Amino acid sequence: MTGSEAAGIVLLSLKISATAMLFAVPVAFIVAWVLARREFFGKSLLQALVTLPLVMPPVVTGYLLLVVFGRSGSLGKAFHAIGINFAFQWTGAALAAAVMAFPLLVRPMRLSIEALDRGLEDAAATLGAGAVTRFFTITLPLVLPGVIAGAVLGFAKALGEFGATITFVSNIPGETQTLSLAIYSLLQSPSGDQAVIMLITISACLAIGSVLLSEWVGRQIAQRGRA
Amino acid sequence: MSLEVLVRSRLGTFEIDAAFEAGTGVTALFGNSGSGKTSVLKMIAGLVRPQTGRIRVDGAALYDSDGGVDVPPHARRIGMVFQDARLFPHMSVSRNLTYGRWAGKRKGSADFKRITELLGIGSLLGRYPGTLSGGEKQRVAIGRALLADPALLLMDEPLASLDQERKREILPYLEEVRDETGLPIVYVSHEVDEVARLADTLVLLSDGKVLGSGDAVDVFSKLEFGPALGRHEASALLSGTVRGFAADYGLCEVSLDGEHTLYVVNDRVKTGDRLRMRIKARDVALSLKAPEGVSIRNILPGVVVSFALDDSPFVEIVLDVAGQMLRARITRQAFDELGISAGLPVFAMIKSVAIGQRMLSGRA
Repeated sequence: MTGSEAAGIVLLSLKISATAMLFAVPVAFIVAWVLARREFFGKSLLQALVTLPLVMPPVVTGYLLLVVFGRSGSLGKAFHAIGINFAFQWTGAALAAAVMAFPLLVRPMRLSIEALDRGLEDAAATLGAGAVTRFFTITLPLVLPGVIAGAVLGFAKALGEFGATITFVSNIPGETQTLSLAIYSLLQSPSGDQAVIMLITISACLAIGSVLLSEWVGRQIAQRGRA
Repeated sequence: MSLEVLVRSRLGTFEIDAAFEAGTGVTALFGNSGSGKTSVLKMIAGLVRPQTGRIRVDGAALYDSDGGVDVPPHARRIGMVFQDARLFPHMSVSRNLTYGRWAGKRKGSADFKRITELLGIGSLLGRYPGTLSGGEKQRVAIGRALLADPALLLMDEPLASLDQERKREILPYLEEVRDETGLPIVYVSHEVDEVARLADTLVLLSDGKVLGSGDAVDVFSKLEFGPALGRHEASALLSGTVRGFAADYGLCEVSLDGEHTLYVVNDRVKTGDRLRMRIKARDVALSLKAPEGVSIRNILPGVVVSFALDDSPFVEIVLDVAGQMLRARITRQAFDELGISAGLPVFAMIKSVAIGQRMLSGRA
């Protein structure tokens, strides 16, 4: 494996994970918000649904994605109509990564929303701030550490996603072959030893790097309140 | 300014059914914890919705269940100071203070410099709430509410989370706010001391209902409110004008009506200042003749107006002293020996060291 091949795999993995987070984080935040703040019929059902990708075999999740988002799937057709295809495309890998990372995104976000003292929002209201202003000046800045923690955890999970991805979009070099899938392929071939070590090293570095980054961001946020 | 409150709400087994009116000055909502006073305050602020009723400020409805009016809290122009300060931890003191302006879009006629000087928080502006003491936090919270241009200020036990030392530190600031800004204030408290010092109007709450309300001096003098105001704390409020000083002794002379003078310990006041003095019933002794050769400085002639006599060892007596109501608590034995009855002229004896006071700054 050449260096540019390896770089291509890494870049593709980063693109897939970043795209997955770009769409999953806002949705996860809304879900976390609803679970933390609202009482409604079917709340425990939603909660179970959110946790499902964590407990179900990834292969099953991948298969269900294929059924729903595949070329003949109900949502697959709907997305096809607006020009988005998932089957055997990198977008499908991003979708699989987003779904698999979703529970890891929601949990820390929900915890930080629940931990927020709602009295602060009340205080902001008495000072003239409407709901939108309250959200952007009080709520969001204070739950941001939870959101970032969730996003980093989700990003790392998305980078390493394997089972659902290979089931849903297969293992196509240059299109859906992420780091994990490439490592898997190389392990299958007798001549891949050196390349495997390289990819594993890169993989570990990315994981450690993202955790360090999240800790650093967390410290920066915490320090704002203590200067 | 006038505030009209009539609210009903049932929260589980607890029912609030309160109606009162308040004018300018400080209106104290007084009651034990669980009497519903904080809930009523939150209803005025719009943070809790009553089931039925109406809330009006200067005739304009903020809430009216009949008319379907429910102005959201951010549009009510009501400043609120919470028991736990509730400063925004991720903002500097300065950003907290101006929050009403940059986030709440409140213009604010209050001068930033004047308010920070008034509350003594000018040196804290760059700090973060996490580094402030309890008293500092509360002063910043008061400043933040004032700078959001409120038409009415609500205070929910702003001193309750502070120790005695800090309370003494903040009380003068509260008096300054009351006198300097002229804002109507609704003040929730369960401390008789604070209420006696600050309140112009007093609303007694118990179990979600209003037991009585009116001018603070009147409410204090009424025997039937004794239990609500705390038996041990039963007291009367007298007001007078500073006439002179016995400077060598650190005493000042307060004239009640020109003829009657009280000596109180106070070196902060000037001649001509109006003072309100809180005199606890248990600090007042009675005599049938003008006593001589006693250490007690204040001996005031008065007439017995009414008394509450029951099986307890104590009798509560209300006296008319120079046209003002004074309360005395004596033993039933003494009551019988002195043969006290309504209309009986007596001399009330009050130790100067037992008199707590507040500045009225020109207002009686």
